[in-house]
Amino acid sequence: MCLSRSSFAIFAAVICQYAVVVAPAQADSPKDPMNSPMWEDMREAFIGDASYQFDPRVKVIVPEVVENQAQVPVTVDARSLPGVQKIVVFADLNPLPHTLTLSPTAAAPFISFRLKVEQATPVRAAVLTEDGTWHVGGKFLSAAGGGCSSPAMARNKADWSLTVGNTRGRAWRQADGLARFRMTIKHPMDTGLAKGNIPAFYIDNVMVRATSGKVLAKVEMREPVSEDPTLTLMVRLPAEDRAIQVDSHDIDGNEFSSKIDVGWKQSQLNTRELQEMHP
Amino acid sequence: MKRRASDEVFVGPWFDRRKLLQSAGLAAGLAFLPMFQVDAAPLRYGLKPLQLDAGVWMLAGVDEAISSDNGGAIANITIFDTKDGAVVVDTGPSKRYGLELDAIARQLTGKPVARVLLTHFHPDHVFGCQAFASEALAAPQGVVEGLKQSGEDFASAMYYLAGDWMRGTEVVLPAKAIVSGHEDIGERRFRYVVLQGHTPCDLAIFDERSGILVAGDLAFLDRAPTTPHADLKDWHASLKQLGEAQFSRLVPGHGPSEKDRRGLVQTGEWLSMIEEKITEAFDRGLSMTEAMAIPLPSWAEKIALSRYEFGRSVMHLYPKLEDALWPRVDTRSN
Repeated sequence: MCLSRSSFAIFAAVICQYAVVVAPAQADSPKDPMNSPMWEDMREAFIGDASYQFDPRVKVIVPEVVENQAQVPVTVDARSLPGVQKIVVFADLNPLPHTLTLSPTAAAPFISFRLKVEQATPVRAAVLTEDGTWHVGGKFLSAAGGGCSSPAMARNKADWSLTVGNTRGRAWRQADGLARFRMTIKHPMDTGLAKGNIPAFYIDNVMVRATSGKVLAKVEMREPVSEDPTLTLMVRLPAEDRAIQVDSHDIDGNEFSSKIDVGWKQSQLNTRELQEMHP
Repeated sequence: MKRRASDEVFVGPWFDRRKLLQSAGLAAGLAFLPMFQVDAAPLRYGLKPLQLDAGVWMLAGVDEAISSDNGGAIANITIFDTKDGAVVVDTGPSKRYGLELDAIARQLTGKPVARVLLTHFHPDHVFGCQAFASEALAAPQGVVEGLKQSGEDFASAMYYLAGDWMRGTEVVLPAKAIVSGHEDIGERRFRYVVLQGHTPCDLAIFDERSGILVAGDLAFLDRAPTTPHADLKDWHASLKQLGEAQFSRLVPGHGPSEKDRRGLVQTGEWLSMIEEKITEAFDRGLSMTEAMAIPLPSWAEKIALSRYEFGRSVMHLYPKLEDALWPRVDTRSN
């Protein structure tokens, strides 16, 4: 019996798939330590055909228990890896896996932020180093669901739009010479997945600059970053600079700017002092 | 988003147990769920009453986090015998627990349950209510409001954490509202003190006959206090008020019942400690996950679930500190 053209195509495709998928797995494609059903899709989307390895030097830190699926604290720390160019954070089983991308131009390969999760999921960071290799670290986050499909808290307030862009923050000079800053920007960070046809509306770009205008770090954020994004970063701010400039915009083109003084001394902050400064 | 249709069968820990357990298609689904454990014997809490006084018993919760091993039975439950029937304080984490509690109360007192009192709206204390007549259920209005607002979310979280133990459990709102004052049930006079701090509404109950004070979750002992709805200042004030009372024995919400005030003292010390540690970490610029890892004093590290609850408290308190202590830095505020 002669093999029909289409059967042959299927046969060939199966053989090819075998060759493409299975052979590299035996040769140099490392096995996902978390055994996630979505790993291959994640690899394809964020790493492509580049070489990669699962690397314990990429630390993803998540809490052991999650009560608020809309605000899960996450830290990605790749400071043990030299030559980091880019950090891509994603959560395999979130409906929108890509969470953020940090380009630490003149910054530590480190970021803390908060994440919405729709269900328990691996949370990962793929870290690209100068040699073109991706280093992947991750942690399984145990959580009940609903963080991505719940409306933002701001949606309960009629006047939420008046406070969008309001930013609070503080910066510290660290003993290692880096300037650490923490900041929170008022923004609903709507995913577009909540009921009531609320369209996606989120801050997608955060640029951190020195006084000279030099870019120190860039953070591209996506829908899963929590409402009122709260970031912790460490930048190599020139010693003479007195402030960190942070400019961001959302996908509707709203622009937000802030300037965080670095002169603050540690452990001397109290509320009265703050009230005097910002009545 | 890329999502394979076949994801539906990857159930490992990634599925909504509440929907699953409530769905009629469970039996059909099981064929595709090889990792789902089916116990041959029905789950049983096997509650063991501990007598505290004549006609007073406690069902001790385990000093663990809510899990599918313990079925959420982590809180202490108190049973009083009266001529008019049993009085039960708190109902446990699930319908199944409530049914076992009802049976034990009847067995111990030889009477049906006349009154069920809820100390606060947290799920480990209120989800056994389905086992009791609705007219027997009583709580301060603030507890009812809390259940109305958060009951459904609590139920989902409990189904996720405790799994099959929660089967059939639903939110029940108490019919009778309690205010501060007293109520005579049979020969016992119960004094109700409506306080706040652990949650926006916490009920403490004092039985004059035995001298036993049931403090609900205003007091923890040798098990770290939880803070998801806490106001630390109010909590300290409530502890002070309870500390001024004379009582023969304290029943904390979690941990052993003792004749002294150690539960009140330790709870106050824990709350002061976490506030100091968390504020200090915040002031140093640590992010939440970094703050969760800082060392605690050795006395605190020895308390059951200290790291677990400290981590939770960091998540509870940090956003409040960020709001209260950070200055505005956006350029338009200048």
